[in-house]
Amino acid sequence: MADFQTPQMKEFPIIPDLQNDATSHLSPFIAKPNHNEDIGFPGELVDNWEEKAIDKMGDLLGKYRSLRVYLDSCVKCGACTDKCHYFQGTYDPKNMPVARQDLLRSVYRRYFTFAGKFFAKLGMPGIVGAREMNREVLDEWYSYFHQCSQCRRCSVFCPYGIDTAEISMAAREIMDSIGHGQKYCNEILGKLQKIGNNLGLPEKALKATLAEFEEEIEDETGVEVRIPIDEQGADVLLITPSADFFAEPHIDGLMGYAKVFHAAGVKWTLSTYASEAANFSMFIGSYSNMKVVAERIRKAAIDLGVKRIIVGECGHAWRVAYSFWNTTAGIGSGADENDVYAQQLQKQLDHSYPIPQHICEFTNDLIEKGELNLDKSRNDHRVVTFHDSCNVARGSRMGTTPGGQFDIPREVIKACCNNYVDMEPETIREKTYCCGGGGGLLTDDLMEIRVKGALPRMEALKSVVDEHKVTNLAAICAICKAQFAKVLPYYGFPMDMITSTHQLVKDAIILPGEGEGNDDDQEENED
Amino acid sequence: MSFLTGFYALLFYTATVLFVVGIGYKIRQYATTPAPLKIPTTPAPITTSGVVVRMAREVVLFESLFRSNRWIWVFGWMFHVALALVLVRHVRYFQDPVWELIVLAQPFGKYAGFAMIAGLGGLWARRIFVERIRYITNPSDHLILALLVAIGVSGLGMKYVAHTDIVALKSFMLGLMTFSFKPLPTDGFLLIHLLLVAVLMIIFPISKLLHAPGVFFSPTRNQADNPREKRHVAPWAAELDK
Repeated sequence: MADFQTPQMKEFPIIPDLQNDATSHLSPFIAKPNHNEDIGFPGELVDNWEEKAIDKMGDLLGKYRSLRVYLDSCVKCGACTDKCHYFQGTYDPKNMPVARQDLLRSVYRRYFTFAGKFFAKLGMPGIVGAREMNREVLDEWYSYFHQCSQCRRCSVFCPYGIDTAEISMAAREIMDSIGHGQKYCNEILGKLQKIGNNLGLPEKALKATLAEFEEEIEDETGVEVRIPIDEQGADVLLITPSADFFAEPHIDGLMGYAKVFHAAGVKWTLSTYASEAANFSMFIGSYSNMKVVAERIRKAAIDLGVKRIIVGECGHAWRVAYSFWNTTAGIGSGADENDVYAQQLQKQLDHSYPIPQHICEFTNDLIEKGELNLDKSRNDHRVVTFHDSCNVARGSRMGTTPGGQFDIPREVIKACCNNYVDMEPETIREKTYCCGGGGGLLTDDLMEIRVKGALPRMEALKSVVDEHKVTNLAAICAICKAQFAKVLPYYGFPMDMITSTHQLVKDAIILPGEGEGNDDDQEENED
Repeated sequence: MSFLTGFYALLFYTATVLFVVGIGYKIRQYATTPAPLKIPTTPAPITTSGVVVRMAREVVLFESLFRSNRWIWVFGWMFHVALALVLVRHVRYFQDPVWELIVLAQPFGKYAGFAMIAGLGGLWARRIFVERIRYITNPSDHLILALLVAIGVSGLGMKYVAHTDIVALKSFMLGLMTFSFKPLPTDGFLLIHLLLVAVLMIIFPISKLLHAPGVFFSPTRNQADNPREKRHVAPWAAELDK
């Protein structure tokens, strides 16, 4: 269907010659009026949108220090120019982080800086790189700010820590505020706020799916493992991406969590009201929407009376949960005594555990305490490598020390597998490459940029496949999993290479009582 | 008082006021703009002292730049360190007696001017010859490099080509600081040098040179990574809780 060429994988990455406008034709579907209106934005491009966009930019400049400082501070040194996976896959110079930022910065300079206004009066705004807000600029914004997965790789390398994600979020928020939103993100956010999850899975379907998974685990192990939902008085509320309820390989991860909870003897539950960990509001830079979505989880936690909140395998969801839940909804610790809003929840939660906690932290704790019975040899048919998901790697943490988000998932995998190898050091941990589908790009209308943006990860993968016969690429992000399942075949890899990290746990774990009934399948121990 | 002395005296007062007020205004703006969300680029320190160390490594060693591009780091770091030495050396023109530390820096400062120009030359060459960097370069980026190079060359000119009456210059500068005006020597290199320095001071707060104060306010670098332990709410965002 798509008319484009999958980029050639190279053994050593090179910086190609620039190809101007190579991907200027790529922009996602525009949101329909109801998609925008459902989440509080004007339905269609408003009158005087040029002026209103500038006003919104001024509003954001007063609200976000990041935006203010980053728009002023760039010296065009070029350190970021070769760091973006979309640039490496497309050669389009506007996919260099500094050039992407300049699409916004040029307008900022024109309307908010002395230099820009001065040279515009002289008729030479170009001297300081200033531009008028007009249709051409808006179209460029719409294309190229939707060719950014907000993975923040450039922010690692910038001498001032300039984070293109912050700029791209601001640009998308400005576009939303004038009625020029992206269909994929906004439609999904509407569904989440109406039904509770991105997919619009209603309560009944959700419960039926979970019952199927319970059966599947019982068929496989002979042990009755429950996947509870809406259970009052459970100790743990699990918030997981809704892809875990239906997509491959996500569902194997969900069954993995269920087995771990079962083996640990922890009373846990899912929630139909908050059946989604993902918070696409971050992608569109909308603080108010992010708060609304986080508050669903807060409400579910209060209503169900849980003491702990654990988050499943999802990259940006973990960034939002770890970094922003406490801020936006008081889901965390350390609220002021007069902070009535946050106190209500924080009094209920058990602060001897991290809040929120990542499922890998939870599993790893059990492994360290020796509370899980893991048979590594059950994964002997696999050689596993791990893909650090961008938002986990560069926007969050696990455990108690910096960098725990790199070590803990690896510890979990190594406890479940005998064969583990890492990819090239330049492509993992904080220097990891985005899968190519993050930031609200995981939509069919952007398939070309998704495939091209995956190039650096595919090259690193190919090298360990060739050298170490790697068979499985484990990830802890729903978007990575969905993206790789689609993109791996373009590069000649089987789509089922991509694996949920907790699938490896699921396959290695020996449940209490597992195997005991083997001689007699129909044993009738029903209590 | 000659016209020249009066003109330069006025120029320096103006430049100083614009520089101090301009930078002060921007620093105040950065400091008072809320940072509503915790966005440190991880792995990030989890304590304030850790943040101080991270920031110091960034400002003194250009750590992130070192990891991203060795050539830019070599030229950029060389230029900035040399500039720092040169500035330290220049303190001697503004004080009497001269601090011990400034005296110690003198022998290094004398040659730092060459390193400064070499660093700038390297950065400028990248702008011209590396396609990616040429693409992102605006005319103003060349102009600032030209300005800095011209300041360096004119400074070296009066040291190594045509000597300036440094005693008279110092008395002019000390005079400026006490509003008792002394005549300014009329050497070509000196007049160009001082003029360009004044221009640099004036454009500092309205140009990309703002990266100097900006780096200290960068949330990805100056925030401690402790969002689970502490609730972090900006004033405008706290309104939404009500």
